[in-house]
Amino acid sequence: MRSAYPTFTAQMRSTYTILAPMMAPIQFNLLVNVLKDEGYTIELLTNDGPEVVRKGLKYVHNDTCYPALLVIGQMIDALDSGIYDNHRIALAITQTGGGCRASNYIHLLRKALVKAGYGYVPVLSLNLKGMDRNSGFRVTVRMLRKGIAALIYGDALMLLRNQCIPYEHHPGSTDFKVNRWVDRLSVQFRQGFGYSRFSLRKNLKAIVTDFAAIGIDTNRPVVKVGIVGEIYMKYAALGNNHLEQFLHSQSCEVMIPGIMGFVLYGLYNQLEDINLYGGSRVKTVIVKILLRYVGKFEHIAIEAIRQNPRFIAPIPFEHTVDSGREVLSLGCKMGEGWLLTAEMRDLAKLGYHNIICVQPFGCLPNHIVGKGMIHKLKELDERSNIVPIDYDPGASRVNQENRIKLMLSVANENRLKASSVADRQRISM
Amino acid sequence: MSEAMELNIGLDIGSTTIKAVVIDPAGSIVFSHYERHYSQITEMTAKLLDTIDNEILFGRKAAIMVSGSAGLGMADRCRLPFIQEVHATRLAAKNMLPDTDVIIELGGEDAKILFLTHGMEVRMNGTCAGGTGSFIDQMATLLGVDINELDGLAAKAHRTYTIASRCGVFAKSDVQPLLNQGAKQTDIAASILNAVVNQTIGGLAQGRPIIGNVVYLGGPLTFIPQLRSSFDTILNIKGTCPENSLFYVALGAAFCATSEIDIPTAIETLQAHRSDDQYASISPLFTDALSYEHFKKRHAKATVPITTFPPGKQEVYLGIDAGSTTVKTVVIDKKGNILQSTYQGNSGNPVPIIKNILEQFYVEHPEAIIISSGVTGYGEHIIKEAFTVDAGVVETVAHFLAARHFLPDVDFVIDIGGQDIKCFKIHNKVVDNIFLNEACSSGCGSFLQTFATALGTSIDEFAKLGLFATHPVDLGSRCTVFMNSSVKQAQKEGSSLADISAGLSISVVKNALYKVIRTPSADALGKHIVVQGGTFLNDAVLRAFEQELQVEVIRPDIAGLMGAYGAALHAAEVSKGTSTILGIDDLRQFKHTVSSTTCRRCTNLCKLTVNTFDHNRRYISGNRCEKPLGNTAIDDSLNLYAYKLEKIVSYAHCVHDSTITDETIGIPLGLNMFELLPFWSTFFKSLGRQIVIPPLSNRDIYLLGQGSIPSDTICFPAKLVHGQVQYLLNAGVKTIFYPSMTYNIDEQLGDNHFNCPVVAYYPEVLDANLKALARTRFVKAPVGLHKKDEIAKKLRTILKKTIDSYPLSSIRCAVEDAYAAYDAYLSDIRTEGRRIIEAARQKQMTIIVLAGRPYHIDPEVNHGIDRLIHDFGVAVISEDVFTGIRKKIAVDVLNQWTYHARLYAAAEAIANEDDIELVQLVSFGCGLDAITSDETRAILESHGKMYTQLKIDEIANLGSVRIRIRSLLAAIEQKKRQL
Repeated sequence: MRSAYPTFTAQMRSTYTILAPMMAPIQFNLLVNVLKDEGYTIELLTNDGPEVVRKGLKYVHNDTCYPALLVIGQMIDALDSGIYDNHRIALAITQTGGGCRASNYIHLLRKALVKAGYGYVPVLSLNLKGMDRNSGFRVTVRMLRKGIAALIYGDALMLLRNQCIPYEHHPGSTDFKVNRWVDRLSVQFRQGFGYSRFSLRKNLKAIVTDFAAIGIDTNRPVVKVGIVGEIYMKYAALGNNHLEQFLHSQSCEVMIPGIMGFVLYGLYNQLEDINLYGGSRVKTVIVKILLRYVGKFEHIAIEAIRQNPRFIAPIPFEHTVDSGREVLSLGCKMGEGWLLTAEMRDLAKLGYHNIICVQPFGCLPNHIVGKGMIHKLKELDERSNIVPIDYDPGASRVNQENRIKLMLSVANENRLKASSVADRQRISM
Repeated sequence: MSEAMELNIGLDIGSTTIKAVVIDPAGSIVFSHYERHYSQITEMTAKLLDTIDNEILFGRKAAIMVSGSAGLGMADRCRLPFIQEVHATRLAAKNMLPDTDVIIELGGEDAKILFLTHGMEVRMNGTCAGGTGSFIDQMATLLGVDINELDGLAAKAHRTYTIASRCGVFAKSDVQPLLNQGAKQTDIAASILNAVVNQTIGGLAQGRPIIGNVVYLGGPLTFIPQLRSSFDTILNIKGTCPENSLFYVALGAAFCATSEIDIPTAIETLQAHRSDDQYASISPLFTDALSYEHFKKRHAKATVPITTFPPGKQEVYLGIDAGSTTVKTVVIDKKGNILQSTYQGNSGNPVPIIKNILEQFYVEHPEAIIISSGVTGYGEHIIKEAFTVDAGVVETVAHFLAARHFLPDVDFVIDIGGQDIKCFKIHNKVVDNIFLNEACSSGCGSFLQTFATALGTSIDEFAKLGLFATHPVDLGSRCTVFMNSSVKQAQKEGSSLADISAGLSISVVKNALYKVIRTPSADALGKHIVVQGGTFLNDAVLRAFEQELQVEVIRPDIAGLMGAYGAALHAAEVSKGTSTILGIDDLRQFKHTVSSTTCRRCTNLCKLTVNTFDHNRRYISGNRCEKPLGNTAIDDSLNLYAYKLEKIVSYAHCVHDSTITDETIGIPLGLNMFELLPFWSTFFKSLGRQIVIPPLSNRDIYLLGQGSIPSDTICFPAKLVHGQVQYLLNAGVKTIFYPSMTYNIDEQLGDNHFNCPVVAYYPEVLDANLKALARTRFVKAPVGLHKKDEIAKKLRTILKKTIDSYPLSSIRCAVEDAYAAYDAYLSDIRTEGRRIIEAARQKQMTIIVLAGRPYHIDPEVNHGIDRLIHDFGVAVISEDVFTGIRKKIAVDVLNQWTYHARLYAAAEAIANEDDIELVQLVSFGCGLDAITSDETRAILESHGKMYTQLKIDEIANLGSVRIRIRSLLAAIEQKKRQL
């Protein structure tokens, strides 16, 4: 049986407001501005609070993963709020199309909308695999180019922000710059520039210089912590109980691998699929060209950040692939798949041995590539101090924070040990 | 330690207790205190600090450090320094027991293992694993004893049962049937402690051996010597429980205390923060006394006529409900009026209670004649056998009969009892759909009871507290273990007992509505809703229910007796005029003995509990099949599960260790291999290689691999593969073949043909966690059987790298043979399935599609459910009977997994068959089934069919499976009668 659902038609483009879930604020704000320039009215949902979870629990199967529950709860909460004209609203949700449950979010959302009495609200799928083709939402080449640039800028800004905040003399000075750059870049996009390789190079250079000028105190005792995990839990404060903020309050420098890695991973998997199981040569060539094309943008950002020794630049995707291969087969491609493991390995290589692996409770791919790989990662580098944290509507924050604190106390001890070794070496030299 | 200070205070505020020590500069303890805090954290802390100030310090300076899971928020708010408790333990151990290798510390809700030597590591239980101290408390409550008595009981045990150690709720559903079936309390007590040990080792050690000097810390290990000896026995060590074992966290905190505390100021800050309203709260149940009065008045109208015994001879019916936590009896006259009723706790053994009630009845009413009797509930079978009761009736039917008698046009019945939630939708006066809670969400009466006890009040008082709570805590609707954490959090944030009580009542309701019934609105339930069961006697729960659904419901005044009332009505319905129930004289000589034994009639080796009554009537429990009951000849001819299992195992070339050579290739019999074995076995045979598989999994094989499982919440079928592979390693197999498979074979039933992530990539997990695999050739390379044209070339490359080099032509042949064998296997299953359908139809038997995955034929996974269903006189087939004959169907979800597409196809295929029903087997932790079960249900219900789901895990509660199956069969029967 299949029920009929309203589609998002081309006519709705000018008359409807699209509501989309918030995930990584810097990247998503930039992306949304790109869509606005294309004539869409779009809004990122930031409604928070217990009502969101409550509505998720009410309308979604309770054993479904937490991100689905939150995102759907947030959307229904928004529709219930009365601040929108619900007959002029469409909802946007991403669909990755892999073998993970996440590909089913859109269907769960539609079922939930019917249950909640919003069966008339159209849902559009944001995906790059041609699912849900008959929607009035069209991805143009210009949107794609701007989108890539938005992610590159966003990832870079997130990284620089995290490397400045724990040390800044004046609290807020970093965030002030982040916001200013988001505005400035959005204006550039609107005026039709800022997304060519040339402008990226120029802008990123300026961004790095700007952030390097933030007054800092490098003598603060800071613990370096990396965050990996299921993509929504990793970036969305609503999902991970404001993990970044919590870690900042515990004097941590945080490193969160960027969203671009996930995009490249998706592309790379197409290649690996053909490599492992056979497939079209033409497709191989096209994917390789795309990978190289997007990879070049990534390199621009990495080079710009490397220019300043104060910052730790991320690892380029081609090395991330190698990191993954050290631990497991790259055939593991459901959910965050091998990328999650590779990011943990990358983080260790960058000196972030303390890692929080966040996942929705019962996340299937994470049993494999998260918890399943910790043992092996420790064998590869015994300094690894990894703590997996489960999130779900019932998991209490106090439990999560307690486990993170345990990880941090081991981290602090290791830091002191390492610095006393360094001191001794300095003396003996 | 700071030198400026004269004394150091260490405060450890755990989930259930508060501990404090004060040490002098020499490190000796000058004060220590241990107390349960009943969540009065701020008050207790203030009191304790005051005591320390007045009785110890006498104006001396002191430094303080706070630790413990409940201390975190308090320390934050009051700006006191905080240290993580595991870290504190380690500091203390370093200081006081420097030779320690491993520390095992169990607390109220946390379990920790600290490996101190050879690579320091600290492990703490995940959020799911529940508490250990609270778990033991909960189990003790269930047995009706305190912790000391539990210890004493365990010391006298002769045997142990396997009890699910994963979480309290599971364990509870294992213990309850044992109790009801008459297992000895001593044995159960020891089994509970063993479960705790297994949980700690399995969940936390994760393969790392616990050896050397082992130290036991924390409340449970201090107060329960038998728990320590359980650890000693299972780990084969001799651990020690040092002096002050309760205070290590507090001591560690004291050792590193540096910041000076001004106690009067601290107490002031504490008191200023005590009424913080930080927790998420929901609207109150009642805002004023008047609305409560109205509410009470409205519900007071729903009554059953109760009369007294008329003088003279009187023919009556007796109904007994031997529930999970309470025993209820009702005596009715021929008009259905209640003449007498009882309601009491079952204290773990219902037999003596019923005996007393009966005796008393005979004495008090010598003129009454019981002309028929009926029994229902968990203890139905034992009571029926013990007292030769006339009729047994499944709970669901009993409750429905009672509700229908009460309100003939009832549309929906919701019964929340001690351990079960039973809901039925009624259509045309017949049960149309049944919803039962899963073993994992027993958010029912006993749940409230346990919390009430833990918080130090009685259940009635506790519930009343919640009625006028102003800010009920939002506790969500998850399982008890999560609830523990949420309550802890609420306590930490300073919520009152009243708010917690109301929050718990609301969460019971939400659990029933959103987890069990899965409905967001009252419309789906119908106009006339009857709520019953002991839990609804609690006004707070009743009010929460009406509030949540925005509807007025009917609660019969005998809400708690409805099961017994229904049993009596059933007894009346089937009455033959005279009753078989034991009379007064029989009762005087009544004898009941319990013994335990192991059944050796097959390899399952079921542990049996044998209850003998009056030397001649026996009730045996613990059996998975009918064999021990004397029915030696098992007829599996209409059970496709048995057929499949026998067939799949026949594909192994050898199963004995003696025939293994260096050339032999081992394949674990787990997950997708339960279907792909024909493929790979033929493939390797064609290449001249021999295949060996381990024997079918059993408990011992599972335990072989238990230590290397990295994720304790993964599904049980995946966990079993660890044992399977470990078995092959132990047998000396040199090559193990277990490829990763992102894609399954495309059966054209769905939009894609993925495997689930766990099936797809489990070889990777084994590779990363089973150390011994490094000594063998482990072939885990990704293989794509969906690409028939490319597979030969790809396999050639894989085999060349791992096993041997073969010419492409041989591999092509082998692949061709393999596909043919695989197709032949599936087609044989379909043929046999159709034969079973035909044969069953000739005998006019009901047919059940026991729908799951290929690996659900594993008896260790399905716990013999196929045979259990078969024993009810029902033919059993599997979901794959319908593949190949069905076309792709349109569903409301993304249909992208091969195995799951079969479920939808099977549901669609039987939707219009009157004699075929579908029962879905769901492994606990299967994320995909959150999606498939809703969709399968939707397909069935759109065709007016019932959907039944059985959740299974490491240990299955066959009692609840029986209830579901019997309810389903009873409903089918009722429907048939109406036609």
